Amino acid sequence: MAVDLNMNVLIVDDYKTMLRIIRNLLKQLGFNNVDEATDGSAALQKLRDKEYGLVISDWNMEPMTGIQLLREVRADAKLKNMPFIMITAESKTENVIAAKEAGVNNYIVKPFNAATLKTKLVTVLGNF
Amino acid sequence: MTATVPAELIGRLSELQGRMQTVSRAEIAEVVSTLLAEMEGDLSEDNLKLYAELESLSRYILAAKSEIAALRPDEITAQHLPKATDELDAIVGATEEATNSILAAMETLETLAGELPPEQGDKVTEAVTQVYEACNFQDITGQRITKVVRTLKHIEEKVEALVAAFGDEIAKYKATHPEAAEEPEQKPAKPTDADLLNGPQLPDDASKQAEIDALLASFD
Repeated sequence: MAVDLNMNVLIVDDYKTMLRIIRNLLKQLGFNNVDEATDGSAALQKLRDKEYGLVISDWNMEPMTGIQLLREVRADAKLKNMPFIMITAESKTENVIAAKEAGVNNYIVKPFNAATLKTKLVTVLGNF
Repeated sequence: MTATVPAELIGRLSELQGRMQTVSRAEIAEVVSTLLAEMEGDLSEDNLKLYAELESLSRYILAAKSEIAALRPDEITAQHLPKATDELDAIVGATEEATNSILAAMETLETLAGELPPEQGDKVTEAVTQVYEACNFQDITGQRITKVVRTLKHIEEKVEALVAAFGDEIAKYKATHPEAAEEPEQKPAKPTDADLLNGPQLPDDASKQAEIDALLASFD
């Protein structure tokens, strides 16, 4: 099934510059409906208020971290199948394992490039 | 060790206490000798060694306290650490501002790329993408600096505990070294070349261009 480029994508990061970079890279790839949140709790609220097709989240945020957001999403009956990609500077093996155990679909380490983002999106969503 | 002071000695001490103003050195020496004689047998060689060690330890602790007080840990928490934290916060703020400006310029270029012939437009878009990728640095440096700030705050807490523990010593040091008590030190009327090497100022401390222009104009 083709990827719907009109899907709503939620990007979550406490650095506004990073939100801007991810948004611009997604736009280059054809995703135009991108919303932003600066921590897990704000993101969770948006996910419950509107239908999204993908979450791309940072890990290290306050008050709710990316891994907490991921656990909340997986524990929510309506959101549990949401594709979820972590983009973070947390590159330790234990972080990746914890994210995988929490149900992350893919994991990108910062700093990242556009090609990596596209590859991960294709892996999670399919070709577009 | 249980030493019982004889009634006679207590009587002599009470008598001396009653006439403290007139008691002679010889009388004091006599009483002390009697006291020491009474203690004989209660003080073993091991005890004396232990006392000597304890006395030496006590002197060492006093010297250490004095040296720590001389380091002025109160200044570290009151001035140096907060200043370092402010400088680091300013770095995060400045790089964020610069990164946003770069991103805004790139967004403009990206829009213009759509108006160019496809081959040229693609090249511009590719270059813009590389700049987006490079701008990752702001997030990474910001997070690293935040970690350093957290470490500094941890050090600050430890030093604050030290200041609380050595408060009396620090006050004594300040009282006996008034020249070191107040900072900043008196600077000569004309600053030296070294005084002029301050680097970038924090936003609140920095002079605005208009203020500098006004200062320059005041020389005319």
